[in-house]
Amino acid sequence: MTTRPDVLRAAPALTLALFLVPIGAGLLGTLAPAFGVLPAIGESGFTLDAWRTLAEQPGIDASIRLTLTSGLLSTALALVFACGFAALASSRPGIARLERALAPLLATPHVAVAIGLAFLVASSGLLVRVVSPWLTGWERPPALAIVRDPYGLSYVAGLAIKETAFLVLMVLAAQGQVRAAQALAAARALGYAPLVAWAKVVLPAIYRQIRLPVYAVLAFSLSNVEVALVLAPGTPPPLAVLAMRWFSSWDLSLYPVAAAAATLQLAVVVAGIGAWRVAEAFVKRIHRAWCERGRRTGLAGPVLALGGAGGVVSGVAILAAIGVMALWSIAENWRYPDALPRALSLRTWERALPTMSDLVSTTAAIAAAASLLAVILALACLENEARRDLKPGARALWLLYVPLLVPQIAFLFGAQVALVRLDLDGTLTAVIWAHLLFVLPYVFLSLADPFRALDPRYARIAAGLGASPWRTFFTVKLPMLARPVATAFAVGFSVSVALYLPTLFAGAGRIMTLTTEAVTLSSGADRRVVGVTAFLQAALPLLVYAAALAGPGLIAARRRRVTLREGTP
Amino acid sequence: MRGLVLDDVAITLDARPLVGPLSLDVAPGEVVTVMGPSGSGKSTLLAYVGGFLAKAFAARGRVLVDDLDVTGMPPEKRAVGILFQDDLLFPHLTVGGNLAFGLRAGVREASRRRAIVEEALAQAGLAGFADRDPATLSGGQRARVALLRTLLAEPRALLLDEPFGKLDAALRQDVRAFVFARARDRGLPTLMVTHDAEDARAAGGRVVEVG
Repeated sequence: MTTRPDVLRAAPALTLALFLVPIGAGLLGTLAPAFGVLPAIGESGFTLDAWRTLAEQPGIDASIRLTLTSGLLSTALALVFACGFAALASSRPGIARLERALAPLLATPHVAVAIGLAFLVASSGLLVRVVSPWLTGWERPPALAIVRDPYGLSYVAGLAIKETAFLVLMVLAAQGQVRAAQALAAARALGYAPLVAWAKVVLPAIYRQIRLPVYAVLAFSLSNVEVALVLAPGTPPPLAVLAMRWFSSWDLSLYPVAAAAATLQLAVVVAGIGAWRVAEAFVKRIHRAWCERGRRTGLAGPVLALGGAGGVVSGVAILAAIGVMALWSIAENWRYPDALPRALSLRTWERALPTMSDLVSTTAAIAAAASLLAVILALACLENEARRDLKPGARALWLLYVPLLVPQIAFLFGAQVALVRLDLDGTLTAVIWAHLLFVLPYVFLSLADPFRALDPRYARIAAGLGASPWRTFFTVKLPMLARPVATAFAVGFSVSVALYLPTLFAGAGRIMTLTTEAVTLSSGADRRVVGVTAFLQAALPLLVYAAALAGPGLIAARRRRVTLREGTP
Repeated sequence: MRGLVLDDVAITLDARPLVGPLSLDVAPGEVVTVMGPSGSGKSTLLAYVGGFLAKAFAARGRVLVDDLDVTGMPPEKRAVGILFQDDLLFPHLTVGGNLAFGLRAGVREASRRRAIVEEALAQAGLAGFADRDPATLSGGQRARVALLRTLLAEPRALLLDEPFGKLDAALRQDVRAFVFARARDRGLPTLMVTHDAEDARAAGGRVVEVG
């Protein structure tokens, strides 16, 4: 028997190192300059100057307040929408059928949703046009800041609408694991109305399962830049946008202030998640007392029904957002207050084609590379786990969520400094690596359940037939997992396409994708060009999703045809 | 008449007859056992009476509880208690919390609710269990708590869906005696489905064969 060094054994460590090292180094690289340690510009003494400057910034307190309120509110809304939808779906098959629309909603990037929503609801947007001037009397766009309103309401709505789809997916998956239908039946037999029963007996069981995804949504809502640039107010903007402005100014003396703002952003996310946890404990106590009072009907019913309606409206809003972007991209002449364009043409597409083909190929190359790497790493970790019969603990799951919980801006800045040292900044390698940090968790989560659910007896039978573990992996397991692998790739692809800050930082502003371009254009460019860019940004992951769903099916269909031909005499 | 009445009930799946037609009167305090092999549709019959029939099935006939036609009603309006094969105690509530969940809301004061729950536990030989986590209970104890929870909701009929199937032999007799005694004391018309002849014998009532 030969003993070869087993590369597989190193897979988990390698995977963790690939994403924990940049995050750790990045955090350090952000923290140090915030406290005056920035060797690159000759500063190395500990000082709180940056914090003093930060505290003196006009509107900094308003910015923190806006960040916290919009983040907490949008997450709470998305959670109520998602729970309402799941509760309705568990008692109404008609609603449950809408689950099929989930994949396109998940695949649509945040920026595309935000831009499309802005096209819909802006004071010169489609909705106003449809009712003007005959109903509103507005002969010209009203001077109303509906998008980027000072209270951040459109920002909250945009985040909630996009995150609902993700939380619906998580809630439905959790519901499948906790035998929700039986608990629901038991509660209804005791006289509880369906939605009240759901709130009392299903919700506590699933919440435990979706807690990490909820924290990830909260962390993103508290710290994203891309949705904020399109939908949030600008004076003052949310904290992450503020930090971003200072980072991207050419003034090196602003770097420590930017680093302090990014550090503050980390503290805001920690505080936000902490506040959420406190609220969880509080709600848990109230919930228990509420269960023990024995009321069979109540406010929970209408609240969940309303939330479910909000969930459905969110889905419709995303589809409408994609639609209005497509319409703008082919609009020839669409003046206010015409409800529809006077003429349609492909002129904008023709003119944009050279730029777009570059953007699409860069975006697709980065997304495909990052997703492929992520699929390989995830498969290696899972196969290692299967061969060694390891049981992954809850702590491993937390590690996986680290890139989704730590605010991007808090470590990307420091990571960029490290990339400059390694002479990697602005290279495709750096961008792909940065994308991998965010793609890997989603790819792993989407692959893990189907991989672990695979009947281990197939591998045992193959071994009994004399197949080596690797041969079993490639000729038995992988083909059986073709569909989940393809889906995981598509999930990773759509995550990568949507990434904004990682592209910007690791690409040092030199590598442009559809997303960075869409964000840049969204502030004031021709709506038709924005429409082309944002529509492509939404369409690209959708195409990959569709291919991932169809591909394995086609292969299987061909196999059946072949068998049939060979089998018939 | 008082009690549980199944009037000409027939259930079909994809136009194939599955159960019935079946007419059955279960008097208050009586336990009627429906027996049949697995796949005979006996649990489907119970789901129909409880209001949980899956959309794939079609059914005709009527179900009456104390003369009230509940056929078209959702499960929560029927006042029909069900014990499943799994006890389905809610893991996020204590034993007492589970019983309070079953106790009707008409009893308002917390102290009164607590007293009723503790009394029910004491009568079942589970005094002092109110603050326990259901996960720390034995199978037999859990089965008792599940029945108590159902009874506190004051049902007018009781359905037993192979409720002893998961208990080991030694416990089964105990729990069986406990459940049947309670149902009789309360004068509940009880319909049990099982494939275990011993269950039917212990129930001591009529036996209906299906399938």
